[in-house]
Amino acid sequence: MAFVTDRKRVTGLGAARSGTGHHWTMTVTSVALLILTPFFLGIIGSALGSDHADVVATLSRPIPALIVAAYLIVGSHHLRLGMQTLIEDYTRGLTRKACIIVTTILSYGIALGGLVALVQIAL
Amino acid sequence: MVELTLPKNSRIRTGKTWPKPEGATNVRKFQIYRWNPDDGENPSVDTYFVDMDTCGPMVLDALIKIKNEIDPTLTFRRSCREGICGSCAMNIDGINTLACIYGHDEVKGDVKIYPLPHMPVVKDLIPDLTHFYAQHASIMPWLETKTKRPEKEWRQSIEDRKKLDGLYECVMCASCSTSCPSYWWNGDRYLGPAALLHAYRWIIDSRDEATGERLDELEDPFKLYRCHTIMNCTKTCPKGLNPAAAIASIKKMMVERQL
Repeated sequence: MAFVTDRKRVTGLGAARSGTGHHWTMTVTSVALLILTPFFLGIIGSALGSDHADVVATLSRPIPALIVAAYLIVGSHHLRLGMQTLIEDYTRGLTRKACIIVTTILSYGIALGGLVALVQIAL
Repeated sequence: MVELTLPKNSRIRTGKTWPKPEGATNVRKFQIYRWNPDDGENPSVDTYFVDMDTCGPMVLDALIKIKNEIDPTLTFRRSCREGICGSCAMNIDGINTLACIYGHDEVKGDVKIYPLPHMPVVKDLIPDLTHFYAQHASIMPWLETKTKRPEKEWRQSIEDRKKLDGLYECVMCASCSTSCPSYWWNGDRYLGPAALLHAYRWIIDSRDEATGERLDELEDPFKLYRCHTIMNCTKTCPKGLNPAAAIASIKKMMVERQL
């Protein structure tokens, strides 16, 4: 038991003076994904069932390649920020920090893997 | 911390069924959460039968009738009986509301009454609101000025006064905060809808000169940004207020001062 006042318990370590950047980035990436997702689904949808040469040809064109690359970058960043919020909601302490590190590695790993694959296909 | 099941000592067992009133023809069943910190037992749900022909229209009337005529040990807070003090907030039929302004005819079937969710219980229907009140105190719920004049009344335009409508009416009953899953899981750090609505009430006040400091104190991933616009607060507010809109307005101001 700690002899701490109720006010001190509420104050904790004080305001972190951050959070707005996270909130605004989530808003911006949400809008970007709203625009990018239909194009991304259109490109991937049209490529489904095509033969290898057609898929390579599609992703070698600059606009589809640009949309897929943008989708990977924006999507993974949005994923990381969203997962961080989820982790902060449901975990605490060291688990929270470990989960955030793992999610960050996974999110950017997905993006980097996708980009490398895209470059190899496009070039 | 997220808790999806009740701890062992909070699991609710079936309690006592009290006898039906003799000679009554219009009887309604009330199932009420009971917990006594002194007996070392788990909480229970007691069943009471109330003669509705001699009972007032509100749930609080029934509770007072039960306390007066059936079981004097039933414990709950109440004061004004007209929705202005916020004392009798409790969970009725799954909804956080004020028992004094919630008609029992609004409930279909048995009337189930529990204390406000996910709060420590003092006894029966009384939650411990110590932390909730401390959170309210932390947002500086007063007019903060730096200019020395005027020494008496600080004038406010009709338009600026209108901005406080929908905010000043909050009676701090805690129905909104205790309906919010974010507050359930992270209530130790998240201020909750009630405190944030009050914070916005002072942020938006044209006479207040601590707007920046107030926003500084709220800029935190937990104090403010645990709000995920779930909207339970707005849905449940017995006064018809919109804490979610107040929180959204604070977030807009946070962005506004950075872009």
